Amino acid sequence: MTDPRQATNALELKELSVAYRVGRRNRAVLRNVNLTIKAGEAYGLVGESGCGKSTVALSVVRYLPRNGSITGGSIALDGKDVMKLDAEALRRARADSVSMVYQDPGKALNPSLRIGRQLTEIFELTGVTGQAAEDKALAMLNRVRISDPASVMQRYPHQLSGGMQQRVAIAMALANDPSMLILDEPTTGLDATVEAEVLDLIGQLRRELSASILFISHNLAVVSNMCDRVGVLYAGMLVEEGSTRDVFNDPRHPYTVALLRCLPRGGQRKDQGRLDTIPGFLPGIGATIVGCAFADRCALATERCRAEPPPLYELGEGRLSRCHYHDRAQSLPRATPAEIAAVTPKQAPPVLQVEGLNKTYASHGRPLRAVKDVSVSLRPGETLGLVGESGSGKTTFARLLLGLVPPDDGGSIELEGKKLAPRLASRSEDQVKAVQIVFQNPDSALNRSHSIRHILSRALKRLGGLTGKTLDNRLEELVRSVRLTDRHLAVKPRQLSGGLKQRVAIARAFAGDPRIVVCDEPTSALDVSVQAAILNLLADLQSKQDVSYIFISHDLGVVRYLSDKIAVLYLGRIMEFGSSEAVFSGPHHPYTEALLSAVPKLDRTESARIRLDGDIPSAANPPTGCVFHTRCPRKIGTICETQEPELTEAQPGHTIRCHIPYDELARLQKPKAMEPA
Amino acid sequence: MSATDSPVSLPPPDTAERSPWGEVLHSLSRSGTFLTGLGIVVFWIVCALFGQHFVPYDPLASDIINALTPPAADHWFGTDQLGRDVFSRVIIGSRDILTVAPLATILATIAGTALGLVIGYFRGIVDDIVSRVLEAFMAIPVVIIALLAIVALGTSKITVIVVIGLSFAPIIARTVRSAVLAERELDYVAAAKLRHEGALHTMFVEILPNVIPPILVETTVRLGYAIFAVATLSFMGFGIQPPSPDWGLSISSNYGMIGGGFWWTVLFDALAIASLVIGVNLVADGVHGAFND
Repeated sequence: MTDPRQATNALELKELSVAYRVGRRNRAVLRNVNLTIKAGEAYGLVGESGCGKSTVALSVVRYLPRNGSITGGSIALDGKDVMKLDAEALRRARADSVSMVYQDPGKALNPSLRIGRQLTEIFELTGVTGQAAEDKALAMLNRVRISDPASVMQRYPHQLSGGMQQRVAIAMALANDPSMLILDEPTTGLDATVEAEVLDLIGQLRRELSASILFISHNLAVVSNMCDRVGVLYAGMLVEEGSTRDVFNDPRHPYTVALLRCLPRGGQRKDQGRLDTIPGFLPGIGATIVGCAFADRCALATERCRAEPPPLYELGEGRLSRCHYHDRAQSLPRATPAEIAAVTPKQAPPVLQVEGLNKTYASHGRPLRAVKDVSVSLRPGETLGLVGESGSGKTTFARLLLGLVPPDDGGSIELEGKKLAPRLASRSEDQVKAVQIVFQNPDSALNRSHSIRHILSRALKRLGGLTGKTLDNRLEELVRSVRLTDRHLAVKPRQLSGGLKQRVAIARAFAGDPRIVVCDEPTSALDVSVQAAILNLLADLQSKQDVSYIFISHDLGVVRYLSDKIAVLYLGRIMEFGSSEAVFSGPHHPYTEALLSAVPKLDRTESARIRLDGDIPSAANPPTGCVFHTRCPRKIGTICETQEPELTEAQPGHTIRCHIPYDELARLQKPKAMEPA
Repeated sequence: MSATDSPVSLPPPDTAERSPWGEVLHSLSRSGTFLTGLGIVVFWIVCALFGQHFVPYDPLASDIINALTPPAADHWFGTDQLGRDVFSRVIIGSRDILTVAPLATILATIAGTALGLVIGYFRGIVDDIVSRVLEAFMAIPVVIIALLAIVALGTSKITVIVVIGLSFAPIIARTVRSAVLAERELDYVAAAKLRHEGALHTMFVEILPNVIPPILVETTVRLGYAIFAVATLSFMGFGIQPPSPDWGLSISSNYGMIGGGFWWTVLFDALAIASLVIGVNLVADGVHGAFND
């Protein structure tokens, strides 16, 4: 503490080791982590789940779960050794100098207290009471740019949208004017449009405040936009560190290289080749690591890597890499050959034809139009990507196709030229097995009481009509087609990792040779390396079996990779429909334009920033005229408020629902072509 | 294609980890509450099964000369008005209550689970009607139902089992219903529908295994109440008939004598009922804790 330089560091971790006690054994989660965040600096911590990112955050405030303990090293906040603080001093440190914002704002706020009460409470802790505390709370809400803060003060958390809740959570975190702000996946559960707003806010606040930021995220693009420096965590070890630009443009550790390659970038599509993956698995927590932790998964690894643990090599300019061969990390060979993953579908009659599909729910006695007049068609082997914020009707549309909910009378769904009954129960066995789904969350989709063998055998029996020996043979084939092995058949879903569970779910959907598989956010719960493997698998299965996908995802890069056609939905209406190429390269509907602009880009290129104000309106009470006019940055006048535009053909096969003529959209959107990261 | 046809390397399934049931057993084996309760319950089960081999006297043998002797060395708990040994009667008295109460609880669990699965799974009009009927049923005191049943069917252990079983079934059905309501929203139920599975398969093969934990907890809780109910019915003379030794019955035939100072004819039977109910409730607490950790 006598060293003057040390005092300028907001956070300093020295040789920090943390272990969790599981089954009477201490299992190492963090291994000798050294990390320094300077005053006013934003530091990003990235890595896949299970690498120890959140453990770092919890250690800093000594808030580890009961079975967690700091087994070595030191933590200094503002030069003060956190480990040496007594209970009262620790409480003061937490109250005065460090704040945390968690992933799920819905859980971080007290559901039974008004926002105003929760905010003033924090000021009361610092001795400000009554009207003064309330004024400060109002000022705080203003600061996080909440419109009409006075009315927000009077509301309960459930009356606010996710984005608003996260703003309130950030306001609460800033209330004590912390010197250290820890953001643990602050935008992960939010829609891309809302995420963009929250990130903008954090960016603006950074300029206004002096706080240093520890930003934890699995999303590399988000970190690259928010942080000055970035550290890559692997198996509880810092494997690479440096300025954000350097690390992402010129990675020096094979893990970073591989992680960056897993992302579908620069508009990559399935017919341009497979995504790269990271073979193997993260060492389990507490695993004994001899040599380099990444050696098992690294194609560059040599005998030296397996025997001799690499130190953190200093590469100059503040760059560090824990790799013996950091100078050739970028020559890491691909783990998955890039050969063409999918062929362009041939011109065949459509497998699916949807005409004028509607779904109206009753909400408090009022009609709620979840899907309105949707017509799409899809050829064999094609993928239709559904894009839109949550509440836009993507999932309802998928459920209508599957027959899980019956559509309103009038519209029609045709499968290979034959009309599908609105209700699942009245569809024939052949029709039922022809339309299947891969759900978002495999934990919910796989029965946790059944073994994998039971789950898949049952699907083969019911959907494939198989029994006895033929079933066993087909089961083996099916398991192999999703790259699982016999060993996985005996276990229950909980014994498998997220990616493996999703493979089982995919196998189940393919048990009856489906014609159409709905993929409802199949990779959103997975890490990027696992996501890449699942996307490759889906593309492979598609080209082999000529199956069509309805692909729902909030990640535009992922949608673009897999989709041949895109439908952009807003409040249950198709706002834009066309080939993936046409929709992404534009000119686009103003809503599509805003969605594309909201995607954080890895290369930090700022394309024209378009931010949508406010939240998606309620489908029970949609705006008059064009439903998008309340948020549209390109609204042209009263016509938008009074008259709903038709879905008009802009170019052959590309339709847009907007009053602005196509040529005008092209002119307005000209300056920059937008590419998702 | 060669590269994609080979399975990706996969980690071995983690077998070192305990299964969910293993986790529950482990947590039960470390729960003082559960173990204490279990000790008490096992004690009474041993008494019921093997009591006749170690009781000092025949519980039915009357010895009028030694009637109503206070607790002493040769009669630890004293004797009743017929001179029967109270200690022997208390030990053997666990026999009937420990058959009737568990059987009634099992009946309640089976009926309640089936009912709860059906109303939770189908919801809608089925749920509305059945739930209202169940609520109406729950509003009638067990004793009144028992009275009616005994008038109609005559007094027997079977009647007691059926009466208690059926009056507890709605309570279990309600617990199962709420668990099923949560389960049916999970995607594996939708996946079953997308295989055209029948309702019976979905309810009993898909959903039932996942709602076992709340059923087990509710069953142990109900067992405590069932013991209490059996004792109450015996006390009122609706259950086990004299001269079989039974706690409730014994209290009812002797409580008039407390005023005469013959407290031992009632106290030990009362303590026996209390200890068994407490034991079962401790077990229930432990089970609840193990499932909700």
